[in-house]
Parts: sequence; C-alpha cells; structure tokens
Amino acid sequence: MAERSEEVKLLGMWASPFSRRIEIALTIKGVPYEFSEQDITNKSALLLQLNPVHKMIPVLVHHGKPISESLVILEYIDDTWQNNPILPQDPYEKAMARFWAKFIDEQICVAAMKVVGKTGEEKDAAVEATRDLLKFLEKELVGKDFFGGKNLGFVDIVATLIAFWVMRTEEIVGVKVVPVEIFPEIHRWVKNLLANDVIKKCIPPEDEHLRYIKDRMVKLIIKPA
Amino acid sequence: MASGEVKLIGSWASVFVMRARIALHLKFISYEFLQETYGSKSELLLKSNPVHKKMPVLIHSDKPVCESNIIVQYIDDVWNSSGPSILPSHPYDRAIARFWAAYIDDKWFISLRSILTAQGEEETKAFIAQVEERTELLEKAFIDCSKGKLFFNGDHIGYLDIALGSFLGWLRVVELDANHKFLDETKTPSLTKWAERFCNDPAVKPIMPEITKLAEFARKLFPKPQG
Repeated sequence: MAERSEEVKLLGMWASPFSRRIEIALTIKGVPYEFSEQDITNKSALLLQLNPVHKMIPVLVHHGKPISESLVILEYIDDTWQNNPILPQDPYEKAMARFWAKFIDEQICVAAMKVVGKTGEEKDAAVEATRDLLKFLEKELVGKDFFGGKNLGFVDIVATLIAFWVMRTEEIVGVKVVPVEIFPEIHRWVKNLLANDVIKKCIPPEDEHLRYIKDRMVKLIIKPA
Repeated sequence: MASGEVKLIGSWASVFVMRARIALHLKFISYEFLQETYGSKSELLLKSNPVHKKMPVLIHSDKPVCESNIIVQYIDDVWNSSGPSILPSHPYDRAIARFWAAYIDDKWFISLRSILTAQGEEETKAFIAQVEERTELLEKAFIDCSKGKLFFNGDHIGYLDIALGSFLGWLRVVELDANHKFLDETKTPSLTKWAERFCNDPAVKPIMPEITKLAEFARKLFPKPQG
C-alpha cells in the first residue's frame, strides 16, 4: 500500500494565510502531506506548471493532480477525506459557511489591506470600512465558541486570516483595527483558537511572522508605524 | 427539507439571477419570482441580504441564501434526488468546476464588464485583448472538463455550464457593442457549439433574455458619452 504522505503535496508559503489554512484543514483531517516551501518573489518552474492560470500558492497536489485556489482546495479536502467534517452537513448551514468564507476573502481581506500604508483621514476611512464589515462577523459569533459552533469549521479556518494576520499586524500598521471594546466576541474567538492544538501547530510563529511583515513593508516602501 | 416555499428575488436581466433560475428549473422547483424594479432596492431585498444588498436572493422556507454560485450549490444539495446532479460527483471534477467558476467571476467577467465601462479606444482595445485571452483559457477548460461530451458537466448541463452560460446574453451584447466576436467557430470552436446547445437547453431557453431587450437595458446601465 502506498504511503499516504506520498499522495499529498502542498506548495505553500509559511507566512501566507491562504497556505496556512490548507495546512490547518489537512491537519484536522489527519492527512500526512509533503510541504514544499515556495519563493513567491521568484516563482519555481513547478509552481508555474501546476498553477499556470494564477501562478500562486497554495496548490494542493493529490494523486499527481493539482488543485488551486484556497477555498476550492478546502472544499476538495472536505469532499475527499470525510472524517472530521469541516463544512456543516445541513445545506442551509453549508450555504452560510460558504457565504461568510467568500465575504472574508473578498471583502474583509481587501478592506484590511487598504489600511496598510495610509495616513490621516484616508487611514481612518479605511479602518472604519474594515470595522463595518467585521461587525457582521462579530454578530455571527454571539453564543458560539467558533463560527462552526462547538468545533472549528470552514469559516474559522478561513477567518484565521483575521486572527493571525489582520489582528497580529495592528502594531505594525499603527492602529487597532479590531479593538476589544468594539469586538469582544472576535477577541473571545481568538482566545478559543489559541487554545486549539491544530491552530497552535499550524499558524506562523509570532516573532518571525512580525519580522517578516515589517521587512516586506519596508521592501514595498511602506513605512511601518 | 425539500418542502417549503421558494421565492427568488431577482431581475430578468441579471446573469447571477439567471444562474439560480436555471438551477431551479433543472430541479423542477416551482418558485415565486420577485422582480426588483430597476433603480431601487426592495425592503425584502435589503432585509434578506443586509451584507451585500444584491440579488439574487433565494428564500427557502423564509431563510435567505445569497450569492449565485452558493445558491446553485444549495439547490443541488437540498433537491439532490430531483433532476440531474448539478455539481460533478467526483471531488476532483468538482474542484475543477469550482476553480473555473471562480475564474469566470473574478477574472473573465471583470474584463468583459470593463469593455462596457472603458474610456476611449485604447482602453477598450486592451480589455478586448484581455477577454480574448481569457476566453481562450475557457475554450481549453471546456475541452478538459467535457472529456468529449456535450457540456462542461458531461451529458447534462451543470455548475460550470450554468456559471458561464448565464453570461451568453450579455456576452452577445458586448460583442455587438464592441463590434468584436469572442465566440466564433475558428477561435473557439468547442465553446461556440456548446453555447448554442446551452441556450437551447429546456432549462435555459425560456429564461435567456432577448438580445435586443438586453442591449437596450445595457444602454441604460452603461450610457455612452455624448458627441
């Protein structure tokens, strides 16, 4: 019988939220995988071959077949390995989970990025816009340990982008985009995440992560606050 | 779960609404079609989709589902024993269908729409070139996905057919406006044949908007500068 670990390969990048979410999903499912760290500033021939359309990580390779786009990969993982389901079984709850995941990636992520490198009124406006979107997620968490309910689910995995990228970089960006006074539920949820073994294992180590982000901002000629 | 009243908030002209309608037709679901008036948003729409305030919204047993591709998957999940399967059955094929559906919305559609809002000839030409390039990718995707069959999904129309096919009316409107064909027998032979089959499918034909009516609507939405 072939080693399971030979079947699954992940092309990723240690500091990318989109790559880390795949590692979280594979770890939840107990699927061994080979991780191939990619240099996104100098893309490998392998990456370009496996994701010619977007030329981006993460790419999951299973039985030699590549899958790209993190949300597509997450659904593939859930479809393929049925233990520890990530998406809810109920069709309505599943639709809601997909809705929030899309909202996080297409709205919150984009809005939060707009805060970076801005100053004064422009910065304030970008912060307000991000907070307005986050308020929807704040409401979703009321009475729940995780977006997925009692356990980590699809939306939690996607929302790690907020917990460990948006919120972690507040000091660097120079503004508390997600203050506890306005977002107590989100803060409570982050504490729940940090108590979870899979999350602890799969998120980038904080110091190294912050150093990397500061470094990148300098390279992109953005002044860290 | 499959019982319960079904309503759809939408408009005859919307690509995204069309996706939901095709899915409902494929599954033989009766629904109340609540058409929005152009230029205003109904109370029901604002209440049912407070996050985006956009159509389509499917309301099933009073519970709203938003985002066209999510609605299509929801319909497939709920009415799974009715009509053909909309999503492919194999996880890998599903992933490929989802990948291209996302590409269509995030890349292809954005370029297409940009042709209508482009300022000046240079900009228009650039977007036309972009749509050409992206349509070529979709031609290849069709060949890969269909595996010699009639539709992206095989023998019957499915998720990816619906995702792209719903754009065919608007695509024709843009082609006429830009005086440029994106789908044609020499450049995109497979997609061209597929497009005709798709438009003639019984689940699609009754709701595909008439091109002249759509073109008139497009002129309202994207007015050309005077002079």
